[in-house]
Parts: sequence; structure tokens; C-alpha cells
Amino acid sequence: MVQAVASAPPRLTARGTTAAATVVVEDVRKSYNDVHALNGVSLQVPQGTVLGLLGPNGAGKTTLVRTLTTLLRPDSGRATVAGYDVVRDAEALRASIGLAGQAAAVDDYLTGLENLEMVGRLYHLPKGEARRRAVDLLERFELSDAGARRASTYSGGMRRRLDLAASLIAYPPVLFLDEPTTGLDPRSRVGMWEVIQGLVDDGTTVLLTTQYLEEADALADRITVIDHGAVIAEGTAAELKRQSAQSVLSVQVEHDADLPEARAILGRLGQQEPHVDEQERRVSVGTDGGSEVLASAVRDLDAAGVRIADLGLRQPTLDDVFLALTGHAAENGGSQDDDADGESARGGV
Amino acid sequence: MTSIAVPAPTSSNKLSWVVSDALVMAKRNIIRMSRRPDYVIFSTIQPVMFIVLFNYVFGGAIATGTANYIDFLIPGILIQTVLFGSFNTGVGLAEDLKAGMIDRYKSLPMSRSAVVAGRIIADTLNNAFQIVLMLGVAFLIGFRFHGTPIESLGVPLIALMFSVPFLWVAAAIGVTLKSAEAVQSAGFLWLFPFTFVSSAFVPVETMASWVQVLAENNPVTIVIDAVRGLTYGDPSMSAIWQSVAWSVGLTVVAAALAVDRYRRV
Repeated sequence: MVQAVASAPPRLTARGTTAAATVVVEDVRKSYNDVHALNGVSLQVPQGTVLGLLGPNGAGKTTLVRTLTTLLRPDSGRATVAGYDVVRDAEALRASIGLAGQAAAVDDYLTGLENLEMVGRLYHLPKGEARRRAVDLLERFELSDAGARRASTYSGGMRRRLDLAASLIAYPPVLFLDEPTTGLDPRSRVGMWEVIQGLVDDGTTVLLTTQYLEEADALADRITVIDHGAVIAEGTAAELKRQSAQSVLSVQVEHDADLPEARAILGRLGQQEPHVDEQERRVSVGTDGGSEVLASAVRDLDAAGVRIADLGLRQPTLDDVFLALTGHAAENGGSQDDDADGESARGGV
Repeated sequence: MTSIAVPAPTSSNKLSWVVSDALVMAKRNIIRMSRRPDYVIFSTIQPVMFIVLFNYVFGGAIATGTANYIDFLIPGILIQTVLFGSFNTGVGLAEDLKAGMIDRYKSLPMSRSAVVAGRIIADTLNNAFQIVLMLGVAFLIGFRFHGTPIESLGVPLIALMFSVPFLWVAAAIGVTLKSAEAVQSAGFLWLFPFTFVSSAFVPVETMASWVQVLAENNPVTIVIDAVRGLTYGDPSMSAIWQSVAWSVGLTVVAAALAVDRYRRV
């Protein structure tokens, strides 16, 4: 099949699919012994869009990605990618996808160029074509200068970029990114977002998992929130935010001892159960009120003798949505790769 | 400008990919080996050291019935070295499985056997290199072929052929245990008895009688006897045929096992 392309970053078109949705998941289940890693997940990713799969550690994000990239067989349910069934058409499916997993799959002893060429050859690109694309991708990912160096000399951010470049060498119509920026410093993270955004602009369909709400907010057209192997919310970032209160009243107190008092006061003013962050000495609560709520808060806190370090009314973030949906905060530390898939001890490099 | 699309798998190109993908992986492993000092040392210094040590330490003490211990020793050392080289196969595959590379490989449209087969091809080439190197060093310290050129050529060829099933066994162990340390320990457990309960270093007749039974039926003994016969210019056709049979039979079984284990990873 020959596709016409305009210039170096080629326009990508999904092959083998005419349906509007490039990724279709219907009631997929996967268990390990007694653990239901996926408990009947259904979702769709329309062609040329980004779906952000959001959830805490162990929610089932990685299990779903591994199922869709044919690394795992679902126990039941049906899933297709680019029109190919993940079980029946696994081999053809693999020719249509790129995967960048949590651990950068980079060969330390090979140079950046050799890494990309090798993956290109394993997609069965002719030698010359694999090399041409490898050189292109190195340039696109600002790795040209490092292309002749062994990957073992690369920084964390460079390894991630090389790993992403490798997943793109076949110009796959569908791309799976499992926590693409976990472990990156903020600057590299933003750089990675720009790269991913560029791919989407070129027409690639992307499913990305993340623990970072701002990442989903920045990249995803639609967001699916999963927890305990099930979808608990779905929509655009704006839609999800609308599901929570209009605004969030948040107060930081100076003394730990004042936290219970502040919590009680905000509980009376807000529409929900307040959330207390003891480390930050901060209490926040969703409210539909405006500035009058802010004034009441100042008055009541002052009357109770609570010393205020910071007080404000702000727009809800995805963090607030997440908190409201799951009952716990998104970034609760812990290890990077603990999706309950029982065999995920593959972190680190 | 047109871009070349990734070919979709068909029954005909899948067959050719079994070979081409294995070669891509073999090239990758050869590049890796050449850049890893530990591999280079393992492949060059160690076999040479064994030849020198065994010859000058044991050479005087072991009565082999021939005038020259080194002519007795070299066939044994050749086989021992290529068998012990299979450590690398198991360890290397276990490392690959651990490093997160395996998810990428399994998500690619490449042949399912290529990761293991590429490793075996690279290690077989490494074994060929070691055999030539050892014969060269042995020649310098007095080793000689006593047969015809064709018989002499049979020595490295049979040694190389017999290394292949062991590489596959080691590969199966590597993809099953998935830990370099566990593969090392397992290697000691099966490779040492196999190699030492054989005619590799001492004549079987000098062993305890119950060990003799094991040693005589050990394929390692059969292969070493075949190689030794060729070295002495007194080839045993039955030992040669049995060596071929063992090599082919073990390879078929171990390769099927290794690829099957890999698919389940």
C-alpha cells in the first residue's frame, strides 16, 4: 500500500478501518487469580483523537494497554484496534500500532540510530527506508547530535524521546503511550507534551494513560477515568469539571491544631464533604456560591480564632474531579507501575 | 514522494520473516557483545586461560595413553568451552526479559521466534570465533591434528554443531527463570555434571565404576570421543553419527521448548 505524503512528518491514515472509532473496547474483563484487573471496561477512541486514561496506581490502566497491544489476552469481552481484533487478528494489529511502555524500551548498548533502525527492520521496513525514517525521527525529537552515541549515555528525557521515536518508526495510525512522562522533570514533561501534540496534529490516534491530571487536561480530547478496573467517569476535561461544584473554596491554616475547626467551618459553607490535606495544612470544599462564600469564610474563621495562611476561591481542576469521583487523591505516591496485573514488575531500566 | 507502508502479515511473508527477523536480532546481539567488555573477556581470555592452565597444571599428572596430553585435552576443552558459553545465552535472554524490551518486541509484528533465534545465531557465531581462537592458541603450545584435512575440519564443525542444542536449552532456561542470577545458578547445576562426568579431561576408565556408566552414556562423552578420533586421525564413524543424532534431536526438542516458553512470557 502506498500513501501519498506531503513532507517529512507524514500525514498518517489509519489502515484497515472505516469505522469512526479506531479503538473499540466492549466489556473487556481480565482477572489474575482473585484480582479483577479489568472489570468490564468499555470505551471508544475516535480516529485522530487522544483519549486520556486516568486513574490511580492499580486502577487497571496498564492492563488495558497491554490487552489492546496484544501483550495480554482478555478473559472475555471484545476489543478492536484499527479494525483488528486483539485476539483473532493480533498479528495484523501489531503492524498498525506503536507502543511506548512505562519502562523506556531502549537498548543501552546500541546507538540511538541503531535502536531506531532495528525497530524499523522489525516492522519489516526495507533497510534504506528504516534508516531514512530513523534519521528523520532523531531530528524531529532533537536527538540528531546524540544519534551516534550509545543510548546508555542518554538522560532520562532523551531515553523517553528515543523510546517514543521507536514507537513511531512505522508511522502507526494508532499509538499507545503508557505514562509517557512518568519520572520526567517538569521541563522534559512539557517538551514531551509538545511532541505528542504534534503527532496528534498529524492525524495519529492516541490512547495515553497518566496519573497526572494536568497531562490529561493538556493532551486529551476526551478523558476516561478508571478505578478498580472499571470506568467511573467519561467526558471532556470541561465536562468532567462541570460534574463537580462550580468552584472550590480552599483555605490553608497556619497551625495544625486549627485544621478540625477549619474543616467544620468549610463543611457548613460548602456543598460537599471537605477534603483535608494535613501535610499542606489545607482544607478545600466544592461550592456553588460566589464571593459571599469567601467573605463568610473569612468572618467565620476569624471569629473562631483560626489563623489563615492562604484563602481563595478557584476553578475546579481535574484533581478535584478525581477526588470527588474516587474518594482519594490522584498522585498518592507509591511505585510507578503497580497496575494490578500481577506480572508488572517491569519498572526501572 | 511516497512512503512505504508497513507490510501486513500474510502466510508467505511470515515464513520469510522467521529468517529475516532472527537475523536482525542476531545483528543486534553481535553489536551488543562486541561492546560489552565482560563478553569480550569471557569469549577470548577465559578459553585461552583454560587451555594453558589445564595443559601445564594437569598435563603432567593425567595418564592419557598418548604421548601428548594436549592432543587429548583440546577436544575436551573445545566442547567444555562452547557448552559453558551457553551461560551467556540464558543470562542474556533473562536480561532482555527484565529490561522492558520484551514488551516492545511482543508488540511488534516480528516473528515470535526471532528474539530467541537471534540470540542463538549470535552465540553460535561467538562459539565459532572461540573455537578458531582456541585451536590457534593450542597450535602454538604444541597441539597437532593427526588426520586428513577433512578429518581435521570435522573437529571444529562437530564442536560447533553440538553447541547449538545447549544454547537452546540455556535459552529455554533463561526465558523460564527470567533472572540472570537464577540462570547462573541453574547453569552450574546442569552444565558442570554434564561436562565433568565425561571424557572431557580424564579418561573414563579412571573414574569410579558407577560414574563410568553415566560418563559412557553422556552425549558429551560421545561427542568428545568423535572429535578426539578426528584429531588423532582415527575417526569413529559411529561416534560421529551419534553426535549428529544427539545434536539434531536435542536441538529440535530444546528449540520447541524455548520458543514455547518465550510465547508464554
